[in-house]
Amino acid sequence: MAHFTEATSVKDWLNQRLAIEKVEKVMASEYWIPKNINFLWAMGMVLAITFALLLVSGIFLLMYYQPDVRTAFYSVNYTIMRDVDFGWLWRHVHGVAASVVFLVIYIHMFTGIYYGSYKKGREMIWISGMLLFVTFSAEAFSGYMLPWGQMSYWAGMVITNIFSLGGLHLDGLVEWIRGDYVPAQAFLTRFFMLHVLLLPLAIMGLIGLHFATLRIPHVNNQDGEEIDFDAESKKYLAGDKAGSKVMRFANDFMSKDLMVVGFYLIFFFYLVFFQYGFALDPVNFDPADGLKTPAHIYPEWYFLWSYEILRPFSVNIGLIAFGFAQVIFMLLPFLDRSPNAIPASRRGAFSVWFWALLIDMIVLTAMGKLPPEGIFSTIGLVAALAFIVLWIALPFITMNEKKA
Amino acid sequence: MKNKEPLILVVVVAFTLLTYWLVEPYAHSVMHKHVDGQSFTYADLAPITKTGDATNGKNLVAGAAACTGCHSIEKAGMPAAVDAVTAAQTYGVNPPDLSNAGAIYDAKFLADLIKNPAHALKVEHKFDAAKGKMHPMVAFYGAGGDLDQEVADMVSYLQSIAVKPNQVTPKMAYENACGRCHSVSYEKWTQIGEKPAFKFEKDSLAFDIKVLEYQEALTKYMGKLPPDLSMYIRSRGEHFITTFIENPQAHLEGTAMPRVGVTADSAGKVIEYLEDAGDTKRHERESVGKMVLIYSIIFAVFALLWKKQVWRDLH
Amino acid sequence: MGKAFGAVAGVGAVGSLVAMKKSWDPLPSVKAAGFTTLDMSIYPEGELITEKWRGKPIFVLKKTAAMIAKQTESQKARDIVVGDAHFMLAIGLCTHLGCIPAYIPAEESFLCACHGGQFNWAGEVTKVPPPRAFDIPPFKIEGTKLVLGEVGPEYQKMKDSGITL
Repeated sequence: MAHFTEATSVKDWLNQRLAIEKVEKVMASEYWIPKNINFLWAMGMVLAITFALLLVSGIFLLMYYQPDVRTAFYSVNYTIMRDVDFGWLWRHVHGVAASVVFLVIYIHMFTGIYYGSYKKGREMIWISGMLLFVTFSAEAFSGYMLPWGQMSYWAGMVITNIFSLGGLHLDGLVEWIRGDYVPAQAFLTRFFMLHVLLLPLAIMGLIGLHFATLRIPHVNNQDGEEIDFDAESKKYLAGDKAGSKVMRFANDFMSKDLMVVGFYLIFFFYLVFFQYGFALDPVNFDPADGLKTPAHIYPEWYFLWSYEILRPFSVNIGLIAFGFAQVIFMLLPFLDRSPNAIPASRRGAFSVWFWALLIDMIVLTAMGKLPPEGIFSTIGLVAALAFIVLWIALPFITMNEKKA
Repeated sequence: MKNKEPLILVVVVAFTLLTYWLVEPYAHSVMHKHVDGQSFTYADLAPITKTGDATNGKNLVAGAAACTGCHSIEKAGMPAAVDAVTAAQTYGVNPPDLSNAGAIYDAKFLADLIKNPAHALKVEHKFDAAKGKMHPMVAFYGAGGDLDQEVADMVSYLQSIAVKPNQVTPKMAYENACGRCHSVSYEKWTQIGEKPAFKFEKDSLAFDIKVLEYQEALTKYMGKLPPDLSMYIRSRGEHFITTFIENPQAHLEGTAMPRVGVTADSAGKVIEYLEDAGDTKRHERESVGKMVLIYSIIFAVFALLWKKQVWRDLH
Repeated sequence: MGKAFGAVAGVGAVGSLVAMKKSWDPLPSVKAAGFTTLDMSIYPEGELITEKWRGKPIFVLKKTAAMIAKQTESQKARDIVVGDAHFMLAIGLCTHLGCIPAYIPAEESFLCACHGGQFNWAGEVTKVPPPRAFDIPPFKIEGTKLVLGEVGPEYQKMKDSGITL
C-alpha cells in the first residue's frame, strides 16, 4: 500500500491520491510542442470546441425532440423553433456546427497530409483520426435523419439501400438495418439511439485515443525538423525560453490555440445567425413524404465527393469505387513509401499529387451536388477516375523519392 | 524565418470559398429555374380605362352581375348563404368574401377576373369552355350598358367598401388570398378558418371532420390537396414564394394553382404572415446575433492580447 | 492579461447559461394551457367531483344544506360561493407529499392512503401528517362559471388572509 501522510492542503490531499501535479505536467506544462508550427496546428482545439458546441446544443435539443415519425418534424420545427425559448439557437448552432466541423476536419486532414504528419511513429495519430472521421460521418448521417423532413427520409432511403451492395441484392440486410421495408418508426428510433448514445460514446472514446496517440511521438512541425524534445525541454526549463525549440502546451501553445478559436468563433457565429442556409437545407423543411421524392436530392456537402465517386459508374462498379474511397485514406501511412516526413513543398512529385488530390476532391464535391447531366456527368466521371488513379499511383510516386 | 501564416490563411480561405461557391450559389442556380418577379404589374392584363362609379357598382354587384349569389360581403351586411363546407362541395372551393377584395387584389386583375375568370386566374389549361369545362365562377357579360364601364364600376365599389390598402394586415391578406386552399397548422389556420380552442374533445373532432370534408371537396377540385404552408418560408424562401404567388405557371407549368392577383403590398403581407408562422424568431435571431458577434470579437481581441503576452518570452 | 481573457470568457459562459436557463422554462404552450373554465351549475350536492387543472386533480364538492348550516368561521372563510351554491373547491393533493386523498362519503372526510393524513369535508386537516388544509387554486368567478388559473377578488382575499398558499 502506498504511503499517505497528513495532507497540508486540499491540493496536497488530492495530489497524494490522484497525482494531479504529475498529470498536469504530462498533459499541460511539460507537454512539449515545437515552436515552428502555424495556426493549422490549432485545428485540433477548434474541433474540440466545435464538438463541445455540438454536445451542449444537442443536450438542449434532446430535451424537446420526439423520436416518433408522427411528431418528430413538429417537435423540431414547432416546439424547438417556435415554442422553446432559444430553441432556435440550439438548432442553428447544432446544424451549423455539424457542417462546419467537417470543414475543419478536412483542413485538419489535409494539413496532416501536406506536412507528412502520419509517418515515423505518427501512424496511429492518422488512423485514430480517420476512425474519428468515420464515426463523425455516421453521427452526421444519423443526426440528419432526426428532423424527419424530406431530405432526412430520402437520404435514409438511398444510403441504407447502398447496403444491398448492388448485384448482391442483400435486401434482407437493408431491411434489417431499417427494421422495416422503408425508413419508418423502427428506423427513426434506432438512428436516434445511434445519434444520441452509441456514436457519441464512440466519438468521445476515440477523441481520448486520438489525444493519446499524440503524446509519445509529439506533434509534427512545419519544417519536418527532427527535434530532440528532451534536450530542448531542459533548455526551456533552465530558463532559456527564447532559445529552446519547444514550448509548453499550456499556457504557451494553448494561448495561440484559443486565439485561433477566438477568430474561428466570429466566423462560426456569423454563419449561425446570418448564413445558415448551407447547413439547414431548405428541402428538409418539408415533412417526410414516402410517396414523393424531391426534385433534387443530394447529401450534405461533406459527403458529396464520395457520393460522386459512386454516381458515374454502373451500380456494382460504383459500389466498389465507393468502398475504395471509404478505406483508402485510412491506408495513407502505408501507401506513402517515402522515408521523408517533410512538407509536401519539398517532396517533388508528392507535392503535385497533394494539390491534384485536393483539387480533384473539390471537383468531385461540386459535381456531386450538380445534377448528373451533360458535361457535369463527364467531369464527374473523369474526377472519379482521377481519384482512383491518384491513390493507385501514390506508392509508385513516393517509392522513388530521395531521402531529404 | 519568414512568416508563412498569411499565405496559408489565404490558401485555406480561397479553397473554402471556392468549394462553398460551387456547392451553394452555383449548384443551386443550375438546379433551380430562376424566375424574375415582375413587381406585380400584371402587364398581360388590360388597364382599366373608365372611371368607376361605386354606387352603380353596388347595384351591379348585388343585382345584375349576381356576385352575391355565391360571394358574401360581410361588411355590406350580406352574409354567406351556406357554410364553407357546403360551398366547397358546390363550387370546389369556398368563394371568398368580398369585403376587402378591393384592397387585397389588384384592380386590373379584378376587372379581368369579372370578365373572364379562367384568364385572369391563368387556369385556362384546366377550364376550357370549348371543351365544356367551365370555371365555377361565371363570367360577367354585361348588364346591357358598356361592359368596361360596368366592370370599372364594380371594381370601384369593391375598393370603396374595403379597408385602406395600408390597413391590410398579414393575416387578412393570407386568409383572403391563400387561406381557403392552404392550411397553416402552426397558426391553427384551416381552410375553413382558425380552429378554436375547444373544451371538449368531441367538439374538436367535429371541427376536424368539417375540415376533412372541406379538404375532400378541395382535393377533388384541385387534383391534390394544396400543401400546408407552415414552414414554406424556410423550405421555399421569400423569392420563390413571391414569384410563385405572382404567377404560379412561371414556376410550375400546368399547376392547378391559380394566379391570385394580389397587389405587391398584399404579397408582402402574405410573406410576413408566413414568416410569423415559420420563422417566428427572426427578429430575436438578428438582435441576439449582433450581440453574440460583438462578444465574439471582444473574445478574440482578448485572446490575441493574451497570446501576445505569453509569447513575448518565447521569441 | 490571462486573467482579463479569463474574465471575458467567463462573461460569455454566464451569457450562455442565461439562454440555457430559459430553454428549461415551461413552454408558452404549457403556460397557455393553464386555464380551465368550470360550469358550476352542473354539480350535484354532497358528491365529490374531480376536475383537472394544470394536470392536477381539482376537488369540487357542492356542500349540502346540512354542511352549510354547521360551518365554523374558519370553514366559512374557505367557502366558495357561486350564485347561491356553496363549494369546497381545492387542489386534490395531500399537502404532505402530494398523493390524492380518497373521499369517504359516509364519513364526509378524506383519507390519504400514502401516510394516513385526514381532511374533513371542508378541506381542513383532522389528522397529521399534512401540515395544512387543501390548497385552493387561483380562481375567478364569472357568473355561474369559475375560471381556474385566473385570480379573482375572492381568491385574492383568501390568499392575503393566509387561508391558502
